[in-house]
Amino acid sequence: MLSTRHLLGIKDLTEEDLHLIFETADNFKEVINRPIKKVPSLRDITIANVFFENSTRTRLSFELAEKRLSADVINFSSASSSVKKGETLLDTVNNILSMKVDMIVMRHSSPGAPHFLSKHINANIVNAGDGTHEHPTQALLDSYSIRERLGDVAGKKVVIVGDILHSRVALSNIFALQKLGAEVMVCGPNTLIPRYIRDLGVKVELDIRKALQWCDVANVLRIQMERQQTKNFPSLREYSMYYGVNKELLDSIDKEITIMHPGPINRGVELTSDVADADNAIILDQVENGVAIRMAVLYLLAGKNG
Amino acid sequence: MAKINILNSKRLDITISRLSQQLIENHGDFKDSVIVGIQKSGVLLAERIKQRIKELADLDIPLGKLDITFHRDDFRRRDSPLAPNKTEIPFIIEGKNVILVDDVLYTGRSIRSAMDAMMAFGRPSKVEFLTLVDRKYSRHLPIEAKYVGKTVNSIQSQRVIVEWNEQGFAEDNIWLVNQ
Repeated sequence: MLSTRHLLGIKDLTEEDLHLIFETADNFKEVINRPIKKVPSLRDITIANVFFENSTRTRLSFELAEKRLSADVINFSSASSSVKKGETLLDTVNNILSMKVDMIVMRHSSPGAPHFLSKHINANIVNAGDGTHEHPTQALLDSYSIRERLGDVAGKKVVIVGDILHSRVALSNIFALQKLGAEVMVCGPNTLIPRYIRDLGVKVELDIRKALQWCDVANVLRIQMERQQTKNFPSLREYSMYYGVNKELLDSIDKEITIMHPGPINRGVELTSDVADADNAIILDQVENGVAIRMAVLYLLAGKNG
Repeated sequence: MAKINILNSKRLDITISRLSQQLIENHGDFKDSVIVGIQKSGVLLAERIKQRIKELADLDIPLGKLDITFHRDDFRRRDSPLAPNKTEIPFIIEGKNVILVDDVLYTGRSIRSAMDAMMAFGRPSKVEFLTLVDRKYSRHLPIEAKYVGKTVNSIQSQRVIVEWNEQGFAEDNIWLVNQ
C-alpha cells in the first residue's frame, strides 16, 4: 500500500512506494500490450484532469491511463474556462468536485498549487506538474525506463543535462533517482544551474563531454523558453554548440550511453535527430511507460479509498 | 484454531490423476484445448494437471497463467489494493476450449473475474472450470465446476487452506480451518 493519499511530489514518497509503483506498472505494461487493453478496476471512479498550463504528452498519457482503467474522465483546461473570468483555484476545483469527482489530476504554473489543494479538499490529488517545482509521474516513468533498460536503477550514474533551473522534471528526477540508489549529476551552463543544487547531494559539471564520460544514462532536458524572463545564455545556437548532444560527441566517448528526453524535443538544440532516433535512445519507451506508470499510480491511490 | 485435513499428499495425488483422466476422456488429443490457471494457487494446480496428462497420455498442453486482480469486484472495498501477479498467456484463446483451473471454488466471484479477464485475450469456443475443492452451499453467483476434486460442506467462518510442495511446504496438504 502507498504511504500517501496523494501524489504531490517524489519527495513525499518512500523507496518502498517507488518499488510498489514499478511492480504494479509491470502488470499494467502487460495489460496495455493485450489485444483488449482495458481493465475494469476504476469503473466506479470519476477523474478530472485539471490543466491550468499547456500539455500534450502528460494530459494524453493520463487520459489514456484513466480510460484503460475504465474510469469516467472529464477534462478541464483553463484557457477555455471561468478562470479567465476571475474564479479562484479553490472555487474552480470545488465546483468540479460538486459533480462527484473522486480524483483530481492537476497541472498548474504555481509551485505548491496541488499541495494547497490537498489541504482543502477531500479528493485524491495527482500532481501533473506544478511550475518549476515537481513533476512526479515524469520522474517515475524516467526511473522505470532506466530500470527496464539497465535492469536496475541502483548504482547507475545519471546525468541530467540542460535547463536545470526551470525544470520540475530535474528536481523530481533527482529525488527519485537518489531514493533508488543512483548517483546523480547535473550539467548545463552556469546560468541554468540553481545556486544551491549541491545541497541536494548531486554533482555539478559544466563540461558536457566530461559529464557524458562519467554517466551511464543522460537525461537531456528541453530549454524552457516559456519560463525564462531573462536571457540565461546568448542564443539557442550557442547553447546547442556547447551543450547539445550530437552523434559526433557520443562517438568520441568509448561506451554506450542511454539517452533519455522527457519531450517535447527541440531537435537540433538539445539533441540532434540522429541521436534522438538512435537505438540507445529510449525516448519512445518513456512515452509508453508513462501510460503504465500513470495507471499504476491511479490504481494504487484509488485503492486507498477503501 | 481447529484444522481438519481434507486431502493429504497421497490422496491429493490420486485426485489429480482422476481429474487428469477426466480431462483426457473429454478432450481427446487436446488439439483445440488449453489450460489456464488462475494466479496464484490455480497455476500450481494447472501445472500439476499438465504434467500428469503428459505422463498419462504423452500430450503437451499449452498452459497459461491468468491474474484476476484488476478484474475483481471488491476493489476499493478492501483496506488496500491487492498486489497483482503476472499474466502469461502465450497463445491465442480465440476459438479454443479453455479449461480454467483454480484450487478452491467458494463464492464464485474469482471465477467471474477470471472469465472477464480472459475475454481480453479473445473469445473462447468453450470454457470449462476445474477445481480441487468445491465449497458447497457458499456460492454468491450461479457458477459451478465441471471437474471437482473434492466437495466439502463448510460454513462462512471456516477457511480452506491449500499447501503446495512448490510453496515450500514439506508435503502437499489441504486443510479446513475453523477461524
